[in-house]
Amino acid sequence: MLAYIVRRVLATIPVMAFVALFVFSLLYVAPGDPAAVIAGDQATPADVERIRASLGLDRPFLIRFGEWVWRILQGDLGVSIFTNLPVATMIQQRIEPTLSLMIITLILAVSVAIPMGVIAAWKQGTVIDRTVMGFAVLGFSVPVFVVGYVLAYIFALELDWVPVQGYTPIKQGFWPWFQNLILPAIALGTVYIALIARITRATMLEVLQQDYIRTARAKGAGQRNILFLHALKNAAVPIVTVIGIGIALLIGGAVVTESVFAIPGLGRLTVDAILRRDYPVIQGVVLLFSFVYVLVNLMIDLLYTILDPRIRY
Amino acid sequence: MQRRDVFKLGAAAAATALPSFAIAQPAQNRVLKMVPQANLTSLDPIWTTANITRNFGHMVFDSLYGMDAQFRPQPQMAAGHSSDDGGRSVTITLRPGLKFHDGEPVRAQDVVPSLQRWMKRNPFGQKLATLTDDILVVDDMRIRFRLKKPFPLLFHALAQVSNSPAFIMPERLAKTDPFQQVREAIGSGPFRFKANEFNSGSLVVYERFADYIPVPSGSPSLTAGPKIAHFDRVEWHIIVDAATASAALQTGEIDWYEQPPPEVQQLLRRNRQVVIEAIDPLPLGSILRVNHLHPPFNNKALRQALLPAISQETFMQAAVGTDPALYNTGVGLFTPGTPLANDAGLAPLMGPRSIDRARALMREAGYTNQTMRLIGPTDILVPAALTQVGADLVRRLGFNADIVLSDWGTTVQRRTSREPVERGGWSMLFTSFSSFDFADPAAHFPLRGNGTNAWFGWPDIPKLEELRDAWFDAPDLAAQQAIARDMQTVAMDELPYIPLGSYKSMTALRANLTGRVPGLALYWGIRRG
Repeated sequence: MLAYIVRRVLATIPVMAFVALFVFSLLYVAPGDPAAVIAGDQATPADVERIRASLGLDRPFLIRFGEWVWRILQGDLGVSIFTNLPVATMIQQRIEPTLSLMIITLILAVSVAIPMGVIAAWKQGTVIDRTVMGFAVLGFSVPVFVVGYVLAYIFALELDWVPVQGYTPIKQGFWPWFQNLILPAIALGTVYIALIARITRATMLEVLQQDYIRTARAKGAGQRNILFLHALKNAAVPIVTVIGIGIALLIGGAVVTESVFAIPGLGRLTVDAILRRDYPVIQGVVLLFSFVYVLVNLMIDLLYTILDPRIRY
Repeated sequence: MQRRDVFKLGAAAAATALPSFAIAQPAQNRVLKMVPQANLTSLDPIWTTANITRNFGHMVFDSLYGMDAQFRPQPQMAAGHSSDDGGRSVTITLRPGLKFHDGEPVRAQDVVPSLQRWMKRNPFGQKLATLTDDILVVDDMRIRFRLKKPFPLLFHALAQVSNSPAFIMPERLAKTDPFQQVREAIGSGPFRFKANEFNSGSLVVYERFADYIPVPSGSPSLTAGPKIAHFDRVEWHIIVDAATASAALQTGEIDWYEQPPPEVQQLLRRNRQVVIEAIDPLPLGSILRVNHLHPPFNNKALRQALLPAISQETFMQAAVGTDPALYNTGVGLFTPGTPLANDAGLAPLMGPRSIDRARALMREAGYTNQTMRLIGPTDILVPAALTQVGADLVRRLGFNADIVLSDWGTTVQRRTSREPVERGGWSMLFTSFSSFDFADPAAHFPLRGNGTNAWFGWPDIPKLEELRDAWFDAPDLAAQQAIARDMQTVAMDELPYIPLGSYKSMTALRANLTGRVPGLALYWGIRRG
């Protein structure tokens, strides 16, 4: 197992190298110029040229790429072209809100979606099943920002139960932190709940047809034991896979959710950096997201061995 | 325990609670939370001309002279000045006791490099540089301009409101290359920037600078007069979503939303706790700019052919809605309501509009279906609206048009291209400028006619440059106004750009805020009523 983990961690190096090259090349050929954005609407072309030169943006691709990689190898993600702040500091400022949002969304989604999927499978063909599947279709169909606006209108603007926007760090108290995140988590989690509920239902339906379930029933096992002990455990591998894949969905959805609820997370940082062409920040954030994604995949692979002892690496 | 004991306990609890409430209430009132027009990214208002950084600059930095609402320069950091040698030597004395936010006193040694850096970036400053032999430190409190000839607009230059005002920084920062960003934001303005709380894209925090000494007399007027801060702390909350920002304003989570879009203004007007008003009594100017370097618009007759089809009303309604109180038509080169605004040469923009007439003129001008490329943003409110109307117009006129819409970052890059259309260049774009930019020829970029050194579009109109130079030398306002009329006459013939009207930028505040200084988002004077 240890050898496997080491192999997988080492395998992230070429993946990250490829991502680095890809992102750098993409930004190099993409239209847009941070010097023009910095110089502003009133700048003359000469001003833009001088700012471009001062930022080193007029140098050849290979030199710029080489310097960037050299700095990365030394653990330096560079400095934002606009704010002059180290990219690592900017990421550090933004990581807590995004992580908080993702954790709450994940907890909410898993704790709601799995029981929903299990019950829908158990009650297949009934009103409960149709209601759950109807919710799943709705969850897939309604965009995150629409759910966000509706929730904000009802619970923040009309009922005044929670703030409309913003983020409170957890060190300032659990309740203020949670108040700021509950609506965004529901908005972001809707599609995720729909996805997990559907997969759980489909997998459970398959598992519930298996012989060992019939045997358990014949032995007089209770319905709850059959569903959650025998069936769900055997259905867990595909569900965990979907949860892992869904983390990519969460990263994408966080960009929209953070905009709607003005949460100062990594999603907003990425969009702002792209709009400004703040290359060091874009590169740093994309590298981080890639690394997280590779790490999540590794964790899921390891989880398989716990959920299904037949899987060995 | 008797019932009366319970009442006594309750009364005692209330008595202890009351003082804490009384303390907490004013503390809350001393914080102003606002949503600015954009995210603050750069902290150097000389390095970038972004309006948000300019607004940041007016909080953190101060200038020798401020500009009042009547566009008259007034001493701000300066106590006053004296002139010698027939106006060729001007000595400016600093007010005593001024300090930077790091506690160091403001000295002439800080002022001179600050002005020298500004003169390398700001167009008015660049003009001043051509007329200046030297700027000297006389002593800690005095600087001296040695001019090649008297320059009546010296104090106007030093009091510029927009587009990199002449802010004073500590000497160590002021010596930074003007094309490099300063590393710290240390000024001597009424608010201190809290660098440790800065989270670009989310939160910018300022605290009142306790050692700030306001101008001792007068009343606040634009950037002139006493800058008295009534809030201990100002927070900029960056909320990019208009619906979220307006909801936060309605619930009282924020106090001030600087630039609500028109559709949100309609919603906010229904809330009695919110006031909508023009942030600047003067309107912003909108323009259609064409590329003078290449076909088809290097042809003056073709530029003129566009005029019968231009409806300033249509462009303005797309920008700010149909309420006529929010926009001006019949607008020329200069901001309506300012001394240089006039109607010379505007006849082709007046009267009934006619697409057919424009098409006929296009044929007479020899337009033979050459490709033209219109570039414009989709993510900046007013330029995006102007671009949409413009795109429709060029299609209706029958241009062989390539419409390229993109984000602002891409548009500002594409417009730097001096290549012809077939090699990625552009032909036409739409944008807008602040009222201050079009108040006079000094900072009026699109009015320049200095060819490849001009603003994007690069018109080569020597007569405009001659008139601009003459304006700088004009002895009084009447002479300046006469030159402004001449400039407009030339410009409406040569068409470095076409004016599309002007509009008011509205702002939304909680109704309990009073004393806001009109013009920009300024943070002195304003208080909770």
